[in-house]
Amino acid sequence: MKIVIIKYNAGNIQSVLYALERIGVGAIVTDNHEEIITADKVIFPGVGEANSAMNSLKENNLDQIIKSLKQPVLGICVGMQLLCKYSEENNTECLGIFEEPVKKFISLEYKVPQIGWNNIYDLHSPLMKSIPENSYCYFVHSYYVPMNTFAIATTDYIQPYASAIHKNNFYGVQFHAEKSAQVGEQILRNFIEL
Amino acid sequence: MLTKRIIPCLDIKDGRTVKGTNFVDLRDAGDPVELGAFYAQQGADELVFLDITATNEKRKTLSELVNRISHHINIPFTVGGGVSSVEDASVLLHNGADKISVNTAAFKNPLLIKQLADEFGSQFVVLAIDAKKEEDGEWYVYLNGGSVKTEIKCFDWAKQAVDSGAGEILLTSMNNDGTKKGFAIDITKQLAENLSVPVIASGGGGTIEHFVDIFTKGKADAALAASIFHFKEVAIPDLKRYLQKHQINVRL
Repeated sequence: MKIVIIKYNAGNIQSVLYALERIGVGAIVTDNHEEIITADKVIFPGVGEANSAMNSLKENNLDQIIKSLKQPVLGICVGMQLLCKYSEENNTECLGIFEEPVKKFISLEYKVPQIGWNNIYDLHSPLMKSIPENSYCYFVHSYYVPMNTFAIATTDYIQPYASAIHKNNFYGVQFHAEKSAQVGEQILRNFIEL
Repeated sequence: MLTKRIIPCLDIKDGRTVKGTNFVDLRDAGDPVELGAFYAQQGADELVFLDITATNEKRKTLSELVNRISHHINIPFTVGGGVSSVEDASVLLHNGADKISVNTAAFKNPLLIKQLADEFGSQFVVLAIDAKKEEDGEWYVYLNGGSVKTEIKCFDWAKQAVDSGAGEILLTSMNNDGTKKGFAIDITKQLAENLSVPVIASGGGGTIEHFVDIFTKGKADAALAASIFHFKEVAIPDLKRYLQKHQINVRL
């Protein structure tokens, strides 16, 4: 099986590669269109700012490639946010695979960004297979995807929001599966086995 | 609900953990990777590796170590000690570090935090502060591992660093560090309640009750300790169960 991690200017892509290695899965990190199109599974990681991430994708025409993919695609953190329609982070037009917007956390009471371990609940989809309700995952983010019909996990911070989404072959997780201990490893394994 | 974090800290020299530990059941407690993996398995929420190597080989041994850590440990970790440039940080990031901590170098070069945050994002930048309460009742910033006093107050420096892009504050009280008499509640509370970023309390944790206090009275977002974990005076699963019993939300 060929697993590809999309290479662009998005922070710690290595962590995703190493996490896959920990569960015995080899992957290649590339921005080569042919390699991405012919992969069995595509992981679209992301740490950083939405606008510069989108610009980096566009420079290499990766935005068009990602939209055209038919195999399972997993967006992580900012990768998930970029699968949505639009992000309030520097008013960024995103890929639009999900119609949802990405909004900024606003609160006087809570710290922003959310940093740390939080629960995921109301779990659906094969991606969440054998993950117990209320499992903990590791989050670092200031922007979130509001609740919507494609949510396959919910998390509470300031308000309930969609911490994982799924539509057709596209999956997104807001938390860092690659850093979420055994729970994250199981979710990565589930994705590989889709 | 977002949980309070428990963070063991490992001091590293020449790629090995320093300070004795009494982990008789580990094959090699001097190996930071093995010890870190043990803590991860015990339920530690994050790890901090603080490198105190002072040789020319430092950069190479540290990047190799960070690479090994990220291949074996499945929770986030911070690397501190000797990060003084974007280039230093970049090497650690590409070897898998989730965050780096800066201390003296950030104080001496006010642009460093902003440069790091612009390049890698605020989530990557932890500001470590060694603070000491003086006779005037104020907390001051100390540099170079606590050996050099400054005239800058801890809160002012923390606030400035957050404005520059620091994503978390790791606050060590020099008055409390090593005493095992409890964390510094007052300064931790001041930072935690007035800064927009999480505050990790460090220094003085000696009993399970001290952790209850720093989370409830001190409002800390996370608590860091070293020797009480290394010497098994407090076991992480026991600590977390106790915190949960006291209505403190933890990952169990």
